[in-house]
Amino acid sequence: MKVYSEVSSNKLKTWLIMILFVVFITTIVYVFSQALGGGLSLVGFALIFSGIISFGSYYWSDKMVLSMSGAKEIKKEDNRELYNTVENLCIAGGVPTPKIYIMNDDSPNAFATGRDPKHAVVAVTTGLLNSLSKTELEGVISHELSHVRNFDTRLMAVVAILVGFIAVISDMFMRTLWFGGSRDNNRNSSAQGIFMLIGIIFAILSPIAAVLIQLAVSRKREFLADASAALLTRYPEGLASALEKIASYPRPVKHATNATAHLYISNPFKGKDKKSFFAGLFDTHPPMQERIKILRSM
Amino acid sequence: MIYAVIVIALVLLFLWFLYNGLITAKLRVNEALSQIDVQLKRRADLIPNLIETVKGYAKHEKDLFEKVTQERSALVSAKGMAEKSEANNQLSQTLKSIFAVAEAYPDLKASQNFMELQTELSDTENKIAYSRQFYNSSVLDYNTKIKVFPNVFLAQLLNFKDAEFFGADAKDKEKVEVKF
Repeated sequence: MKVYSEVSSNKLKTWLIMILFVVFITTIVYVFSQALGGGLSLVGFALIFSGIISFGSYYWSDKMVLSMSGAKEIKKEDNRELYNTVENLCIAGGVPTPKIYIMNDDSPNAFATGRDPKHAVVAVTTGLLNSLSKTELEGVISHELSHVRNFDTRLMAVVAILVGFIAVISDMFMRTLWFGGSRDNNRNSSAQGIFMLIGIIFAILSPIAAVLIQLAVSRKREFLADASAALLTRYPEGLASALEKIASYPRPVKHATNATAHLYISNPFKGKDKKSFFAGLFDTHPPMQERIKILRSM
Repeated sequence: MIYAVIVIALVLLFLWFLYNGLITAKLRVNEALSQIDVQLKRRADLIPNLIETVKGYAKHEKDLFEKVTQERSALVSAKGMAEKSEANNQLSQTLKSIFAVAEAYPDLKASQNFMELQTELSDTENKIAYSRQFYNSSVLDYNTKIKVFPNVFLAQLLNFKDAEFFGADAKDKEKVEVKF
C-alpha cells in the first residue's frame, strides 16, 4: 500500500517540477525583456524553449544522466554474475529486468535512472563490483530496484536535468557577478543595472533550486529504499555492510556533478571536493551511520 | 434527497475502488504464477539435454534417467500449485543425486557441456526460488486483502477464493544434521 501511494506522489511531483521549470524560465525572461524594453516574442520563445526542455527531460533524462556519468551498457555475456544477480532480484520484486551499465571508476557507488520500470537502468561502478561480496551486491542492487519500483528514478532524473540546468546557470551568473562586475567600470549604468538584476534573480533562484532538490529527494526516500531492499533480499546485513564499505572508501566518483549527485546510493563527493559554495546546499543523502544503524536493527 | 444521492455516490465510489483493488491483487498473483511457470518450463527444457550429456559418460545409471524423465513429465503436466511444487521438489532431489553421481565420472564432470548445463540449472533453481518469493508475497497480499474488513463482504459476495502458496521443499526445511 505504502509503495503504491509513493508511486503516485512521485508521478505528481514530476509533473509539478516540469511545470515549475517552464514557469520559472518564462518569468525570468519576461522580467528580462521588460527591463530591456523588448517585446513579448522573446517570452513566447522562452515558453516554447523551456517547454521543449521540460518534455525532453521526461523522455531523455536517463540518457543525459548516463552520458554525464560515463557509463557503458553491458550484455549478459560481459558479466554473467552481475546480470544474474539483477535478473533474479527483478524476478523476486516483480519488475522487468532493467538495462545494466558499468562505470569505469574505482570508487564504489551505484545509481538507477529511467522514467518507469520498463525503461529503467541500473548503473554500478567497477569499484563496487570489485569490493563487494555477492550478498552485499544484492543489497545494493535491490536498493536501486526499489528506487525504480517507487518511480523515484523518474522524479530524480527530471530533477537532475531541470533543476541542474537552473543551478548551473545560477552558478555561472553568480561568478560573473562577484568576479567580473568590478572590472568594467566604463560600461553604461543601465546595462550594468540589468546585469546586476539578473545576477540577483539567479542568486535567489539557486538556493530555491537546491531546496527543490531536497524536497524531491527527501531523506525518507533513501530510508524507504533501504527498507524495501531489506524486504526484497530478506537480509538487511548485506546492504548494511555494503554501505559500510562504500562509506569507508576515501575517493569521490569522477563523473559525479551537482546535478546528478542525488541519484547515487551514497554521496559521490565523499564530503570533500565540492565543486562550489552551493554544493553544500545539495547535500541530499542522510548520514551513512544512521542508515547502517537502522538496517542493523531490522 | 441531495444527501441521499451523495451518500449513494460515495458508497458506489468506495465499492468501485475496493473492487479494482481486489482485482489488481488477483491479477498480480496470476502474473507471479506465470513467472514461476516460465522458470519451471525452462528447467524442464534443460533436462533432456542433461540426460543426453550424462548418458554419454555414464550409461549404466539407467534407473536415474528413467526417474528424472518421469519426474520431468510429471512437472510438465502438473496442474495447480500444490502439485507443481510437489513435482518441482521431487525433481530437485533427483537432480541433486544426478550431480552426486557425476562426481564419480571425471570425464563427465570436466565436459564443457555438462558444466554449462550445471550452471544453467543452478541459475534456474535460483530463479525458481526468487519467483516463488514474489509469488508468495503476492499471495499474502491478496489473501489479506480479501479477508480484512470491510473487503471481506465484497470478496465473499463475488466469490473471491484464497490463493495457494507455493510451498518450499519439505526436505529443505528439515534440520541439517552434521555428523563427524
